[in-house]
Amino acid sequence: MYEGESRGGSALAGRVRSGERLALARLLTLIENQTQDGLEALAALYPLTGKAHIIGVTGAPGTGKSTLVNELAQAFRRNPPDGRDKATTVAIVAVDPSSPFSGGAILGDRIRMRDLAGDSSVFIRSMASRGALGGLARGTAGVVEALDAAGFDKILIETVGAGQAEVDIARTAQTTLVVAAPGLGDDIQALKAGILEIADILVVNKADLPGAENTQRALRAALEMARVADPIAPSDPDPTHPTPRESTTDSWAVPVLATVATQGEGMEELLEAVVDHRRHLIDSGELVTRERARVRAEMQLLLRDLLAARFLERESDARFEAALERVLTRAVDPRQAVAQLVLETEAGV
Amino acid sequence: MQRKPRVLIAKPGLDGHDRGAKIIARALRDAGMEVIYTGLRQTPEMIAEAALQEDVDAIGLSILSGAHMALVPKVLDLLRGQGQGHVRLLLGGIIPDDDLRALHEMGVAAVFGPGTRTDAVAQAFFTAVGEGLVRG
Repeated sequence: MYEGESRGGSALAGRVRSGERLALARLLTLIENQTQDGLEALAALYPLTGKAHIIGVTGAPGTGKSTLVNELAQAFRRNPPDGRDKATTVAIVAVDPSSPFSGGAILGDRIRMRDLAGDSSVFIRSMASRGALGGLARGTAGVVEALDAAGFDKILIETVGAGQAEVDIARTAQTTLVVAAPGLGDDIQALKAGILEIADILVVNKADLPGAENTQRALRAALEMARVADPIAPSDPDPTHPTPRESTTDSWAVPVLATVATQGEGMEELLEAVVDHRRHLIDSGELVTRERARVRAEMQLLLRDLLAARFLERESDARFEAALERVLTRAVDPRQAVAQLVLETEAGV
Repeated sequence: MQRKPRVLIAKPGLDGHDRGAKIIARALRDAGMEVIYTGLRQTPEMIAEAALQEDVDAIGLSILSGAHMALVPKVLDLLRGQGQGHVRLLLGGIIPDDDLRALHEMGVAAVFGPGTRTDAVAQAFFTAVGEGLVRG
Protein backbone atom coordinates (compact mmCIF):
# COMPACT_ATOMS: atom_id res chain seq x y z
CA MET A 1 0.00 0.00 0.00
CA TYR A 2 1.19 3.51 -0.71
CA GLU A 3 1.35 5.97 2.11
CA GLY A 4 -1.71 8.17 1.96
CA GLU A 5 -3.20 6.22 -0.92
CA SER A 6 -6.88 6.71 -1.14
CA ARG A 7 -9.41 4.22 -2.34
CA GLY A 8 -11.21 5.09 -5.49
CA GLY A 9 -10.17 6.78 -8.67
CA SER A 10 -11.65 10.23 -8.13
CA ALA A 11 -9.43 10.95 -5.12
CA LEU A 12 -6.43 9.87 -7.16
CA ALA A 13 -7.55 12.19 -9.94
CA GLY A 14 -7.63 15.05 -7.44
CA ARG A 15 -4.07 14.34 -6.38
CA VAL A 16 -2.94 14.26 -10.00
CA ARG A 17 -4.62 17.63 -10.61
CA SER A 18 -2.78 19.11 -7.67
CA GLY A 19 0.50 18.11 -9.28
CA GLU A 20 1.54 15.11 -7.19
CA ARG A 21 4.05 13.21 -9.29
CA LEU A 22 3.77 10.05 -7.22
CA ALA A 23 0.00 10.01 -7.76
CA LEU A 24 0.49 10.56 -11.49
CA ALA A 25 2.96 7.68 -11.72
CA ARG A 26 0.57 5.46 -9.84
CA LEU A 27 -2.33 6.46 -12.07
CA LEU A 28 -0.36 5.60 -15.20
CA THR A 29 0.17 2.07 -13.84
CA LEU A 30 -3.54 1.70 -13.08
CA ILE A 31 -4.44 2.87 -16.57
CA GLU A 32 -1.91 0.51 -18.12
CA ASN A 33 -3.43 -2.37 -16.17
CA GLN A 34 -6.99 -1.29 -17.00
CA THR A 35 -8.10 -1.31 -13.38
CA GLN A 36 -11.41 0.13 -12.23
CA ASP A 37 -9.71 2.86 -10.19
CA GLY A 38 -7.61 3.83 -13.17
CA LEU A 39 -10.60 4.08 -15.46
CA GLU A 40 -12.54 6.13 -12.89
CA ALA A 41 -9.67 8.56 -12.43
CA LEU A 42 -9.27 8.90 -16.18
CA ALA A 43 -12.98 9.65 -16.54
CA ALA A 44 -12.67 12.36 -13.88
CA LEU A 45 -9.64 13.88 -15.61
CA TYR A 46 -10.90 13.72 -19.18
CA PRO A 47 -12.52 17.21 -19.20
CA LEU A 48 -9.04 18.64 -18.54
CA THR A 49 -7.50 17.09 -21.65
CA GLY A 50 -7.04 18.68 -25.05
CA LYS A 51 -4.45 21.29 -24.13
CA ALA A 52 -1.17 19.50 -24.78
CA HIS A 53 0.66 19.29 -28.07
CA ILE A 54 1.07 15.56 -28.68
CA ILE A 55 4.09 14.67 -30.78
CA GLY A 56 4.86 11.17 -32.04
CA VAL A 57 8.35 9.97 -32.91
CA THR A 58 8.61 6.79 -34.94
CA GLY A 59 11.08 5.09 -37.27
CA ALA A 60 13.16 1.96 -37.69
CA PRO A 61 15.20 0.56 -34.78
CA GLY A 62 18.57 2.25 -34.45
CA THR A 63 17.70 5.48 -36.21
CA GLY A 64 18.18 7.41 -32.96
CA LYS A 65 14.62 8.03 -31.81
CA SER A 66 15.44 8.10 -28.09
CA THR A 67 18.39 10.42 -28.54
CA LEU A 68 16.28 12.70 -30.71
CA VAL A 69 13.51 12.76 -28.10
CA ASN A 70 16.11 13.58 -25.43
CA GLU A 71 17.36 16.53 -27.53
CA LEU A 72 13.91 17.73 -28.54
CA ALA A 73 12.74 17.72 -24.94
CA GLN A 74 15.74 19.86 -23.96
CA ALA A 75 15.05 22.23 -26.86
CA PHE A 76 11.45 22.64 -25.62
CA ARG A 77 12.72 23.32 -22.12
CA ARG A 78 15.05 26.07 -23.40
CA ASN A 79 12.35 27.81 -25.45
CA PRO A 80 9.27 29.10 -23.68
CA PRO A 81 6.15 29.04 -25.86
CA ASP A 82 4.99 32.22 -27.60
CA GLY A 83 3.37 34.78 -25.37
CA ARG A 84 4.12 32.93 -22.15
CA ASP A 85 6.87 33.43 -19.65
CA LYS A 86 6.38 30.06 -18.04
CA ALA A 87 8.79 27.41 -19.26
CA THR A 88 7.46 24.49 -21.28
CA THR A 89 6.83 21.27 -19.38
CA VAL A 90 7.47 17.99 -21.17
CA ALA A 91 6.24 14.44 -20.70
CA ILE A 92 7.73 11.51 -22.58
CA VAL A 93 6.07 8.14 -23.16
CA ALA A 94 8.58 5.62 -24.51
CA VAL A 95 7.24 2.31 -25.79
CA ASP A 96 9.45 -0.76 -26.19
CA PRO A 97 8.38 -4.24 -27.26
CA SER A 98 7.27 -7.00 -24.90
CA SER A 99 8.78 -10.42 -25.46
CA PRO A 100 6.20 -12.58 -27.24
CA PHE A 101 7.57 -15.58 -25.33
CA SER A 102 7.77 -14.52 -21.68
CA GLY A 103 5.57 -11.43 -21.75
CA GLY A 104 8.43 -9.58 -20.09
CA ALA A 105 10.22 -6.58 -21.54
CA ILE A 106 13.39 -4.59 -21.30
CA LEU A 107 12.55 -0.89 -21.45
CA GLY A 108 15.80 0.84 -22.28
CA ASP A 109 14.87 4.23 -23.71
CA ARG A 110 15.85 6.06 -20.52
CA ILE A 111 19.51 5.21 -21.21
CA ARG A 112 19.54 7.88 -23.91
CA MET A 113 17.54 10.37 -21.87
CA ARG A 114 19.85 10.88 -18.94
CA ASP A 115 20.31 14.57 -19.75
CA LEU A 116 16.72 15.05 -18.61
CA ALA A 117 17.30 13.55 -15.16
CA GLY A 118 17.01 16.09 -12.39
CA ASP A 119 14.63 18.33 -14.32
CA SER A 120 11.39 18.26 -12.35
CA SER A 121 9.44 19.69 -15.29
CA VAL A 122 10.14 16.57 -17.34
CA PHE A 123 8.35 13.29 -16.69
CA ILE A 124 9.46 10.12 -18.48
CA ARG A 125 7.42 6.95 -18.51
CA SER A 126 8.41 3.68 -20.20
CA MET A 127 5.73 1.32 -21.47
CA ALA A 128 5.89 -2.24 -22.74
CA SER A 129 3.86 -2.90 -25.89
CA ARG A 130 2.23 -5.97 -24.26
CA GLY A 131 1.50 -7.69 -27.54
CA ALA A 132 0.04 -4.74 -29.43
CA LEU A 133 1.44 -4.59 -32.96
CA GLY A 134 0.97 -1.01 -34.06
CA GLY A 135 4.07 0.42 -32.38
CA LEU A 136 2.23 1.55 -29.23
CA ALA A 137 0.62 -0.28 -26.30
CA ARG A 138 -3.11 -0.61 -25.70
CA GLY A 139 -2.83 1.70 -22.72
CA THR A 140 -0.83 4.43 -24.47
CA ALA A 141 -3.83 6.58 -25.41
CA GLY A 142 -5.06 6.59 -21.80
CA VAL A 143 -1.59 7.35 -20.46
CA VAL A 144 -1.31 10.30 -22.85
CA GLU A 145 -4.73 11.58 -21.74
CA ALA A 146 -3.61 11.45 -18.10
CA LEU A 147 -0.39 13.36 -18.86
CA ASP A 148 -2.41 15.92 -20.83
CA ALA A 149 -4.79 16.38 -17.90
CA ALA A 150 -1.82 16.68 -15.53
CA GLY A 151 -0.89 19.83 -17.45
CA PHE A 152 2.18 18.92 -19.51
CA ASP A 153 2.56 21.32 -22.45
CA LYS A 154 4.32 18.88 -24.76
CA ILE A 155 3.88 15.12 -24.78
CA LEU A 156 6.44 13.18 -26.80
CA ILE A 157 5.54 9.59 -27.65
CA GLU A 158 8.35 7.35 -28.82
CA THR A 159 7.11 4.19 -30.54
CA VAL A 160 8.60 0.75 -30.73
CA GLY A 161 11.27 0.68 -33.43
CA ALA A 162 8.89 0.44 -36.33
CA GLY A 163 9.47 -0.20 -39.96
CA GLN A 164 6.73 -0.15 -42.48
CA ALA A 165 3.23 -0.55 -41.14
CA GLU A 166 3.30 0.42 -37.47
CA VAL A 167 1.20 3.50 -37.92
CA ASP A 168 -0.89 3.68 -34.73
CA ILE A 169 1.12 6.70 -33.71
CA ALA A 170 -0.55 8.82 -36.40
CA ARG A 171 -3.87 8.18 -34.70
CA THR A 172 -2.59 9.21 -31.30
CA ALA A 173 -0.26 12.11 -32.05
CA GLN A 174 -1.05 15.49 -33.57
CA THR A 175 2.38 15.89 -35.10
CA THR A 176 4.19 12.77 -36.29
CA LEU A 177 7.95 12.70 -36.80
CA VAL A 178 9.30 9.83 -38.87
CA VAL A 179 12.99 9.31 -38.22
CA ALA A 180 15.27 7.73 -40.82
CA ALA A 181 19.02 7.22 -40.92
CA PRO A 182 21.45 6.77 -43.79
CA GLY A 183 22.33 3.28 -44.97
CA LEU A 184 19.21 1.42 -43.90
CA GLY A 185 17.96 0.32 -47.29
CA ASP A 186 17.45 1.52 -50.83
CA ASP A 187 14.96 4.13 -51.89
CA ILE A 188 12.22 1.59 -52.62
CA GLN A 189 11.91 1.14 -48.84
CA ALA A 190 10.72 4.71 -48.68
CA LEU A 191 8.01 4.05 -51.25
CA LYS A 192 6.33 1.23 -49.38
CA ALA A 193 3.00 1.94 -47.81
CA GLY A 194 2.55 3.32 -44.36
CA ILE A 195 5.41 4.91 -42.61
CA LEU A 196 6.02 7.71 -45.12
CA GLU A 197 2.36 8.69 -45.41
CA ILE A 198 2.02 9.30 -41.71
CA ALA A 199 4.94 11.73 -41.52
CA ASP A 200 4.27 15.38 -40.79
CA ILE A 201 8.00 15.91 -40.50
CA LEU A 202 10.70 13.62 -41.86
CA VAL A 203 13.98 13.58 -40.00
CA VAL A 204 17.20 12.13 -41.39
CA ASN A 205 19.16 11.59 -38.20
CA LYS A 206 22.84 10.61 -38.04
CA ALA A 207 23.29 13.05 -40.91
CA ASP A 208 27.05 13.06 -40.33
CA LEU A 209 27.22 9.52 -41.73
CA PRO A 210 28.00 8.90 -45.42
CA GLY A 211 24.91 8.65 -47.60
CA ALA A 212 22.82 11.10 -45.59
CA GLU A 213 22.27 13.35 -48.58
CA ASN A 214 21.12 10.41 -50.69
CA THR A 215 18.64 9.43 -48.00
CA GLN A 216 17.27 12.96 -47.87
CA ARG A 217 17.01 13.10 -51.64
CA ALA A 218 15.22 9.73 -51.82
CA LEU A 219 12.72 10.81 -49.18
CA ARG A 220 12.06 14.12 -50.93
CA ALA A 221 11.52 12.29 -54.21
CA ALA A 222 9.13 9.82 -52.56
CA LEU A 223 7.15 12.69 -51.06
CA GLU A 224 7.02 14.42 -54.43
CA MET A 225 5.73 11.25 -56.09
CA ALA A 226 3.04 10.89 -53.46
CA ARG A 227 1.90 14.44 -54.20
CA VAL A 228 1.75 13.80 -57.94
CA ALA A 229 -0.01 10.47 -57.58
CA ASP A 230 -2.63 11.69 -55.14
CA PRO A 231 -3.36 15.34 -55.88
CA ILE A 232 -6.52 15.64 -53.80
CA ALA A 233 -7.03 14.29 -50.34
CA PRO A 234 -10.16 12.17 -50.07
CA SER A 235 -12.97 14.20 -48.51
CA ASP A 236 -14.14 11.39 -46.29
CA PRO A 237 -11.08 9.30 -45.50
CA ASP A 238 -11.64 5.89 -44.01
CA PRO A 239 -11.72 6.73 -40.31
CA THR A 240 -10.08 3.45 -39.38
CA HIS A 241 -7.00 4.57 -41.25
CA PRO A 242 -4.81 7.58 -40.65
CA THR A 243 -5.88 10.58 -42.65
CA PRO A 244 -3.52 11.21 -45.56
CA ARG A 245 -1.44 14.20 -44.69
CA GLU A 246 -0.26 16.01 -47.81
CA SER A 247 -1.75 16.69 -51.20
CA THR A 248 -3.98 19.78 -51.21
CA THR A 249 -2.41 23.02 -52.28
CA ASP A 250 -2.77 24.94 -49.02
CA SER A 251 -1.77 21.88 -47.08
CA TRP A 252 1.32 21.24 -45.03
CA ALA A 253 4.49 20.58 -47.04
CA VAL A 254 6.31 17.80 -45.21
CA PRO A 255 9.84 19.06 -44.50
CA VAL A 256 12.83 16.72 -44.69
CA LEU A 257 15.28 17.81 -42.01
CA ALA A 258 18.81 16.62 -41.25
CA THR A 259 19.91 16.18 -37.65
CA VAL A 260 22.80 14.76 -35.66
CA ALA A 261 20.98 14.22 -32.37
CA THR A 262 24.08 13.10 -30.46
CA GLN A 263 25.66 16.50 -31.21
CA GLY A 264 22.43 18.49 -30.91
CA GLU A 265 22.79 19.55 -34.56
CA GLY A 266 19.66 20.57 -36.43
CA MET A 267 17.55 20.67 -33.30
CA GLU A 268 16.55 24.34 -33.55
CA GLU A 269 15.23 23.77 -37.09
CA LEU A 270 13.38 20.67 -35.94
CA LEU A 271 11.87 22.53 -32.99
CA GLU A 272 10.73 25.27 -35.35
CA ALA A 273 9.13 22.75 -37.73
CA VAL A 274 7.27 21.06 -34.83
CA VAL A 275 5.94 24.40 -33.58
CA ASP A 276 5.05 25.46 -37.16
CA HIS A 277 3.13 22.26 -37.69
CA ARG A 278 1.08 22.85 -34.58
CA ARG A 279 0.28 26.35 -35.81
CA HIS A 280 -0.68 24.95 -39.22
CA LEU A 281 -3.03 22.43 -37.59
CA ILE A 282 -4.77 25.16 -35.65
CA ASP A 283 -4.95 27.73 -38.48
CA SER A 284 -6.20 25.24 -41.09
CA GLY A 285 -8.78 23.70 -38.78
CA GLU A 286 -7.11 20.35 -39.26
CA LEU A 287 -6.55 19.96 -35.54
CA VAL A 288 -10.31 19.62 -35.09
CA THR A 289 -10.66 17.25 -38.06
CA ARG A 290 -7.88 15.03 -36.83
CA GLU A 291 -9.21 15.05 -33.29
CA ARG A 292 -12.54 13.82 -34.60
CA ALA A 293 -10.87 11.04 -36.63
CA ARG A 294 -8.69 10.07 -33.67
CA VAL A 295 -11.53 9.88 -31.18
CA ARG A 296 -13.66 7.99 -33.67
CA ALA A 297 -10.91 5.40 -34.16
CA GLU A 298 -10.32 5.13 -30.42
CA MET A 299 -14.02 4.61 -29.72
CA GLN A 300 -14.27 1.96 -32.42
CA LEU A 301 -11.29 0.15 -30.91
CA LEU A 302 -12.77 0.32 -27.42
CA LEU A 303 -16.09 -0.90 -28.73
CA ARG A 304 -14.40 -3.87 -30.38
CA ASP A 305 -12.50 -4.73 -27.21
CA LEU A 306 -15.57 -4.44 -25.04
CA LEU A 307 -17.73 -6.55 -27.34
CA ALA A 308 -15.04 -9.21 -27.58
CA ALA A 309 -14.68 -9.29 -23.79
CA ARG A 310 -18.47 -9.51 -23.32
CA PHE A 311 -18.67 -12.26 -25.86
CA LEU A 312 -15.90 -14.28 -24.25
CA GLU A 313 -17.63 -13.99 -20.89
CA ARG A 314 -20.79 -15.59 -22.29
CA GLU A 315 -19.08 -18.05 -24.56
CA SER A 316 -18.57 -21.44 -22.96
CA ASP A 317 -15.11 -22.96 -23.05
CA ALA A 318 -16.57 -26.34 -23.95
CA ARG A 319 -18.23 -24.99 -27.06
CA PHE A 320 -15.06 -23.19 -28.08
CA GLU A 321 -13.01 -26.36 -27.59
CA ALA A 322 -15.50 -28.36 -29.64
CA ALA A 323 -15.27 -25.82 -32.44
CA LEU A 324 -11.47 -25.96 -32.22
CA GLU A 325 -11.57 -29.73 -32.67
CA ARG A 326 -13.77 -29.41 -35.74
CA VAL A 327 -11.30 -26.97 -37.28
CA LEU A 328 -8.35 -29.24 -36.45
CA THR A 329 -10.02 -32.20 -38.17
CA ARG A 330 -10.73 -29.87 -41.07
CA ALA A 331 -14.48 -30.39 -40.82
CA VAL A 332 -14.93 -26.61 -40.95
CA ASP A 333 -12.55 -23.75 -41.58
CA PRO A 334 -11.65 -21.24 -38.83
CA ARG A 335 -13.88 -18.50 -40.29
CA GLN A 336 -16.94 -20.75 -40.42
CA ALA A 337 -16.26 -21.99 -36.89
CA VAL A 338 -16.05 -18.47 -35.46
CA ALA A 339 -19.14 -17.30 -37.32
CA GLN A 340 -21.04 -20.31 -35.96
CA LEU A 341 -19.85 -19.59 -32.38
CA VAL A 342 -21.03 -16.01 -32.59
CA LEU A 343 -24.43 -17.06 -33.97
CA GLU A 344 -24.93 -19.66 -31.25
CA THR A 345 -23.89 -17.36 -28.43
CA GLU A 346 -26.07 -14.50 -29.68
CA ALA A 347 -29.01 -16.88 -29.93
CA GLY A 348 -28.30 -17.93 -26.36
CA VAL A 349 -27.98 -21.62 -27.28
CA MET B 1 -5.80 -9.76 -12.38
CA GLN B 2 -2.21 -10.86 -11.90
CA ARG B 3 0.05 -8.15 -13.17
CA LYS B 4 3.65 -8.15 -14.21
CA PRO B 5 6.19 -6.82 -11.74
CA ARG B 6 7.85 -3.61 -12.89
CA VAL B 7 11.45 -3.41 -11.82
CA LEU B 8 14.26 -0.92 -12.30
CA ILE B 9 17.77 -2.22 -12.88
CA ALA B 10 20.32 0.48 -12.19
CA LYS B 11 24.03 0.78 -11.87
CA PRO B 12 25.06 3.51 -9.46
CA GLY B 13 28.59 4.76 -8.96
CA LEU B 14 31.53 5.08 -11.26
CA ASP B 15 32.61 1.57 -12.21
CA GLY B 16 31.88 0.80 -15.85
CA HIS B 17 31.06 -2.89 -15.71
CA ASP B 18 27.43 -3.36 -16.69
CA ARG B 19 27.52 -6.91 -17.97
CA GLY B 20 26.07 -8.32 -14.77
CA ALA B 21 23.28 -5.75 -14.73
CA LYS B 22 22.42 -6.57 -18.35
CA ILE B 23 22.36 -10.31 -17.68
CA ILE B 24 20.02 -9.76 -14.73
CA ALA B 25 17.78 -7.45 -16.79
CA ARG B 26 17.50 -10.12 -19.43
CA ALA B 27 16.83 -12.90 -16.94
CA LEU B 28 14.04 -10.88 -15.34
CA ARG B 29 12.54 -10.16 -18.75
CA ASP B 30 12.60 -13.88 -19.49
CA ALA B 31 10.83 -14.46 -16.19
CA GLY B 32 8.02 -12.22 -17.44
CA MET B 33 8.87 -8.92 -15.72
CA GLU B 34 8.91 -5.46 -17.23
CA VAL B 35 12.43 -4.20 -16.66
CA ILE B 36 13.38 -0.56 -16.91
CA TYR B 37 17.09 -0.42 -17.63
CA THR B 38 18.78 2.91 -17.04
CA GLY B 39 22.42 2.22 -17.83
CA LEU B 40 25.70 3.17 -16.21
CA ARG B 41 26.72 5.83 -13.72
CA GLN B 42 23.39 6.64 -12.14
CA THR B 43 23.34 8.84 -9.07
CA PRO B 44 21.07 7.84 -6.16
CA GLU B 45 18.91 10.85 -7.05
CA MET B 46 18.52 9.66 -10.65
CA ILE B 47 17.61 6.18 -9.45
CA ALA B 48 14.98 7.36 -6.97
CA GLU B 49 13.46 9.74 -9.53
CA ALA B 50 13.32 7.08 -12.26
CA ALA B 51 11.70 4.67 -9.79
CA LEU B 52 9.09 7.31 -8.98
CA GLN B 53 8.23 8.15 -12.59
CA GLU B 54 8.10 4.49 -13.57
CA ASP B 55 6.13 3.41 -10.47
CA VAL B 56 8.27 0.31 -10.00
CA ASP B 57 7.74 -2.46 -7.48
CA ALA B 58 11.43 -3.14 -6.96
CA ILE B 59 14.89 -1.81 -7.76
CA GLY B 60 17.90 -3.99 -8.47
CA LEU B 61 21.22 -2.24 -7.90
CA SER B 62 24.43 -3.62 -9.34
CA ILE B 63 27.49 -2.42 -7.43
CA LEU B 64 30.97 -3.77 -8.04
CA SER B 65 32.98 -0.84 -6.76
CA GLY B 66 32.74 -1.48 -3.01
CA ALA B 67 30.71 1.68 -2.50
CA HIS B 68 27.53 -0.17 -1.51
CA MET B 69 27.61 0.94 2.14
CA ALA B 70 27.52 4.56 0.94
CA LEU B 71 25.16 4.20 -2.02
CA VAL B 72 22.49 1.86 -0.63
CA PRO B 73 21.50 4.00 2.41
CA LYS B 74 21.37 7.04 0.14
CA VAL B 75 18.96 5.36 -2.27
CA LEU B 76 16.81 4.02 0.57
CA ASP B 77 16.63 7.44 2.25
CA LEU B 78 15.56 9.10 -0.98
CA LEU B 79 12.89 6.46 -1.66
CA ARG B 80 11.45 6.79 1.84
CA GLY B 81 11.57 10.58 1.70
CA GLN B 82 9.55 10.56 -1.54
CA GLY B 83 6.82 8.28 -0.24
CA GLN B 84 8.27 5.29 -2.07
CA GLY B 85 8.86 3.20 1.03
CA HIS B 86 6.97 0.31 -0.59
CA VAL B 87 9.63 -0.14 -3.29
CA ARG B 88 11.81 -3.15 -2.54
CA LEU B 89 15.58 -2.88 -2.99
CA LEU B 90 17.73 -5.81 -4.09
CA LEU B 91 21.48 -5.72 -4.47
CA GLY B 92 23.96 -7.64 -6.60
CA GLY B 93 27.71 -7.40 -6.99
CA ILE B 94 30.84 -7.85 -4.92
CA ILE B 95 29.49 -7.55 -1.39
CA PRO B 96 31.63 -8.77 1.58
CA ASP B 97 29.81 -11.11 3.97
CA ASP B 98 30.56 -8.71 6.82
CA ASP B 99 28.21 -6.15 5.29
CA LEU B 100 25.24 -8.46 4.72
CA ARG B 101 23.68 -8.04 8.12
CA ALA B 102 23.87 -4.26 8.05
CA LEU B 103 22.36 -4.23 4.56
CA HIS B 104 19.43 -6.40 5.59
CA GLU B 105 18.84 -4.23 8.63
CA MET B 106 18.70 -1.16 6.42
CA GLY B 107 15.89 -2.86 4.50
CA VAL B 108 17.62 -4.51 1.54
CA ALA B 109 15.41 -7.44 0.52
CA ALA B 110 18.14 -9.67 -0.94
CA VAL B 111 21.85 -9.61 -1.81
CA PHE B 112 23.40 -11.66 -4.62
CA GLY B 113 27.07 -12.43 -5.08
CA PRO B 114 29.02 -13.88 -7.99
CA GLY B 115 27.82 -17.28 -9.14
CA THR B 116 24.17 -16.79 -8.21
CA ARG B 117 21.90 -18.52 -10.70
CA THR B 118 19.70 -16.13 -12.64
CA ASP B 119 16.56 -18.13 -11.88
CA ALA B 120 17.29 -17.69 -8.18
CA VAL B 121 17.56 -13.94 -8.75
CA ALA B 122 14.24 -13.87 -10.60
CA GLN B 123 12.62 -15.88 -7.80
CA ALA B 124 13.94 -13.43 -5.20
CA PHE B 125 12.41 -10.53 -7.12
CA PHE B 126 9.06 -12.32 -7.30
CA THR B 127 9.21 -13.01 -3.56
CA ALA B 128 10.20 -9.45 -2.71
CA VAL B 129 7.43 -7.83 -4.73
CA GLY B 130 4.85 -10.58 -4.13
CA GLU B 131 2.99 -8.45 -1.66
CA GLY B 132 2.92 -5.54 -4.06
CA LEU B 133 1.28 -7.52 -6.82
CA VAL B 134 -2.14 -7.53 -5.19
CA ARG B 135 -2.10 -3.74 -5.45
CA GLY B 136 -3.58 -4.20 -8.93
